[in-house]
Amino acid sequence: MSTNPNILCKSKAFYDEFTRKGVDDVITTHYCPGCGHGILHKMIAESIMDLGVQDKTILISPVGCSVFAYYYFDTGNVQVAHGRAPAVATGVKRSRPGSIVISYQGDGDLAAIGTAEIIHAANRGESMTVFFVNNAIYGMTGGQMAPTTTIGQKTATTPYGRKVENEGYPIKMSELISNLDAPVFVERVSLADVPNRNKTRAVVKKALQNQVEGKGFSFVEVLSACPSGLKMSPVQTNEWVKATLHNIFPIKNFRDNTATAQSSFKKDASSNKEEVLKALNLLDQTTDYKPSVDKSKFADQNVRLAGFGGQGILSAGSTLSVLAMYEGLETTWIPSYGPEMRGGTSNCHVRVSNKRIGSPLVETPNVLIAMNGPSLEKFESIVKKDGVIIVNSSIIDKKVSRKDVKVYYVPLTQISTDLGVPAAQSVAGLAAYLAATKVIPVEKLEYVVHKSLKRKELADKNISIIRKVAEHVGGQ
Amino acid sequence: MKQDSSVPRVEIRINECKGCHLCIAACPKKVLEPSGCFNNQGYNYAKYKGEGCIGCGICFYSCPEPGAITVYKKEN
Repeated sequence: MSTNPNILCKSKAFYDEFTRKGVDDVITTHYCPGCGHGILHKMIAESIMDLGVQDKTILISPVGCSVFAYYYFDTGNVQVAHGRAPAVATGVKRSRPGSIVISYQGDGDLAAIGTAEIIHAANRGESMTVFFVNNAIYGMTGGQMAPTTTIGQKTATTPYGRKVENEGYPIKMSELISNLDAPVFVERVSLADVPNRNKTRAVVKKALQNQVEGKGFSFVEVLSACPSGLKMSPVQTNEWVKATLHNIFPIKNFRDNTATAQSSFKKDASSNKEEVLKALNLLDQTTDYKPSVDKSKFADQNVRLAGFGGQGILSAGSTLSVLAMYEGLETTWIPSYGPEMRGGTSNCHVRVSNKRIGSPLVETPNVLIAMNGPSLEKFESIVKKDGVIIVNSSIIDKKVSRKDVKVYYVPLTQISTDLGVPAAQSVAGLAAYLAATKVIPVEKLEYVVHKSLKRKELADKNISIIRKVAEHVGGQ
Repeated sequence: MKQDSSVPRVEIRINECKGCHLCIAACPKKVLEPSGCFNNQGYNYAKYKGEGCIGCGICFYSCPEPGAITVYKKEN
């Protein structure tokens, strides 16, 4: 609204101009004449300004007619994949707990493709406000049947009318959501006439106010007119909404626990390092470890370990990450493997850095630890120039053809088997890499292996394998 | 033209109106009507008859376009 309370005009929560890709008109929305989305947008914009939360509002736009909401709302915006608005809203709210997150969806998005996301966000009681526009039809794609289409309603895909035997009943989302324990506020409203619009304005504001007060999950279903989809004039479509939709989808409040609801901001699970270390049983083990790396000079390590399932590839990768954590470095580890528990191919991506890591993927490794032939063939070409390749020469007969990388041939399987622990061959690969590059002293790997193996005898064998490998590499 | 601020009125931006006429249906005083003319986009835009507006704002909340209607209430 303008700052003058005597004037009702375009809200400041909207951009002055609606500049859209490929469209010259910057003064109107893309909505059809008489569309309910525009009316609801205005109510949301008004509430955002009334509550003074424009600077911390993040609107999640769906796929559907309202896909372009980010062109209109002068707030934070994320436009997401079809049906996933509540899932993205969950992530946004949890990582920015002080923000006001609005998940805006239509009936195809929320009640068809995104049914799982909305049900589980509601069931977790995420602190967000959901606006669900139900117009009983797919608008954007040309008037096909929606999950909320009424029995007998003719659409592009139900030309003889929706039949229960074939397409089932219209789905009632407010009723479904209000069967869950967590939501604090569930209400269905309508935009079909003046009294209902007045009510909707108040409910929109209440649903946002709930979030401002940290009350939890608020869900507002808005019965709305789609004149283009229904093939009627805007005024007639609103009459149809009243005569038909109001009977099938009762206008009412299904739940209002806002008076008693406690603040429900989800804690940021990663913020308490102590708790995380304790949960991983690492807390008491960090005490006597003395980091040896000069963090300011640490060069990023992007490692791929690859071999066949059963060689201990994934566990060796995570051992490297644990070692990095002991050193106080940033690290990520992600596995990539088939469904087989033994056999099949297996590889993992490990990153270690002195800076925060954006993506855990290692697409161009500077280190490749190849435990079998196919792994070397597959990944040799993606190793960075001047990188390092550790070749398990017990299994791989082939030589590395590249001349711009440093290669170490080490009989990893042989050494591990000779010293009694074939399963340690990938840890042996790790030892070879550390001994060759010295990015972290190989003795520190001994420490981590010793700590992580409960059987002392096994730990001792592992340590002798690490030492033997280090010796072997030192001689190359 | 200088407007008398003590008299409520409604202003419709011709090129932002899409001619849905929800405002006309909603107005309790029936002071809005189809203009019978077409705007840039080809819509038969709504227009204010020129008198009788009480500044209730009902048309504003019935209109789907963010900026098409401005309502000047009576100044207190």
